[in-house]
Amino acid sequence: MSVLLIAEHNNKEVKPFTFNAITAASQIDQNVDVLVIGKDVDAVSKSISVVPSVKKVIQVDNEIYENFLAENYTPVIIKQSENYSHLVCSANTFGKNLMPRVAALLDISQVSDIIKVISQDTFLRPIYAGNAFATVRSNDKKKCITIRPTSFDPAPTTGGSAEIVKVEGAEDFKITKFIKREEVKSDRPELGTARVVISGGRGMGSGDNFKLISAIADKLNAAIGASRAAVDAGYITNDHQVGQTGKVVVPDLYIAVGISGAIQHLAGMKESKIIVAINKDGEAPIFSVADYGLEADLFEALPQFLEEINKLNTIQK
Amino acid sequence: MKILVAVKRVIDYNVQVRVKDDGTGVVTENVKMSTNPPDDNAIEEAVKIKESGKVKEVVAVTVGEDKAQETVRKALAVGADRGIHVKVDGIIEPLAVSKILQKIVDKEKPDLIFMGKQAIDDDCNQTGQMLAALLNYPQATFASKIEVKEKSLEVTREVDEGLETIEVNIPAIVTCDLRLNEPRYASLPNIMKAKKKPLEQINVADLEVDTKPRIEQIKVEEPPKRKAGIKVGSVAELVQKLKNEAKVI
Repeated sequence: MSVLLIAEHNNKEVKPFTFNAITAASQIDQNVDVLVIGKDVDAVSKSISVVPSVKKVIQVDNEIYENFLAENYTPVIIKQSENYSHLVCSANTFGKNLMPRVAALLDISQVSDIIKVISQDTFLRPIYAGNAFATVRSNDKKKCITIRPTSFDPAPTTGGSAEIVKVEGAEDFKITKFIKREEVKSDRPELGTARVVISGGRGMGSGDNFKLISAIADKLNAAIGASRAAVDAGYITNDHQVGQTGKVVVPDLYIAVGISGAIQHLAGMKESKIIVAINKDGEAPIFSVADYGLEADLFEALPQFLEEINKLNTIQK
Repeated sequence: MKILVAVKRVIDYNVQVRVKDDGTGVVTENVKMSTNPPDDNAIEEAVKIKESGKVKEVVAVTVGEDKAQETVRKALAVGADRGIHVKVDGIIEPLAVSKILQKIVDKEKPDLIFMGKQAIDDDCNQTGQMLAALLNYPQATFASKIEVKEKSLEVTREVDEGLETIEVNIPAIVTCDLRLNEPRYASLPNIMKAKKKPLEQINVADLEVDTKPRIEQIKVEEPPKRKAGIKVGSVAELVQKLKNEAKVI
């Protein structure tokens, strides 16, 4: 038994959720190798090689991997998969796009988005937007698994010294071409890993009104989230969306402002440690998951909230 | 050009799903069923492209029990020309669905294949990518914008970092995000007309595909419940509780 984990990175740095995936992988089996596919990724391989639970880093370096196209990644992973019992990666847009393509060619029925490793073949995964948890056992000989990163702690990132092996890539798929990526640059913590998340919904009324939220986010060093309704209304970009079809977040503090709490939104945040809901509709379903509910007009409550936290002597970062 | 759109019948997205007492699944009896929401976007996009004159025919396909035909009828009512229902009973995994769709693609030879990015019942997010793999086609997943060019598509994808644009040669698979478009409603006359559109039924046994589940569902249970919270009377009280009780700020 041994696990091959496919690393997510941007060719320069490892994406943080790769470390959560390493933890999940090492719960399946102690023998975890990590596959780094990209362009000029020496630094990426190096930073993974120092993770103590990693036994070996396999690096595949070629310009055709610069943009992480699943069509180009897949043959490399299949070539490397032979010696492994499990193939694992994160269930974010990177892994969701990639793993099924690999699984189908290996004739494996993939287990998606696991939140717990019960044994080497049995896993817990949410279904129906997290309204039910299914315990499933994979009867395929080899397993393809994607893990929900927020359900696993990140692996420690120092102290290890895994060997780095460089191997050749495969052919360029050619008929899929990368054109551009529009990343939204932000000085704030990443939504997926932030300790505090403050999210706005349709109740915000406009994109401009999100400045009420960003002022508080600045103070609390929080990431900014949004409901699908707010994204659809054009108040904020899609990378902020929390929910069944957006991101799943598990911060210490989640503040939902002007969000009614549709099942699809709750799916993305209800595992948060502390949930605060601010909504003027006292019957809004968001209150059913909130530890602290405030029934109030957000346009009055948010400036007051900022004022109150400004009065505090210290604020956790 | 021809577009094949795959649609799935699922529990309606507004239904509060309940777990069965015996742990074998969720309650589906007397529960409202609908087309999987992003599959509606897939149909809408195909119909829009047809209306622009770039596509001649839109074929809707579903895989499932008899009642799954409802989703094909709905697709026909909003503009698909013809339907296919592959009849299968019981649980069917994305891998098996993609193998079935592969057979349909072999037969129909569509230029494009659209479907929702994920079904809201099992939340697997696999079928489109798997079908692309089996056909060795390019895949444009999580699409929020599609531009049809002469021999390719330019697709904007919703990814964690923001947006990504790729160009895929035709034939290609596209999995659709909810933000791709605003699905239209079926008008009553069109619902009536849809009843006359051709709907071919295929028995899965005739396709010679191995559909045996590989994943055993051992148990389905309710997620742990959050303990009931409290309502606070003022912002000052809220901040004080977050600071001194929850200790999170």
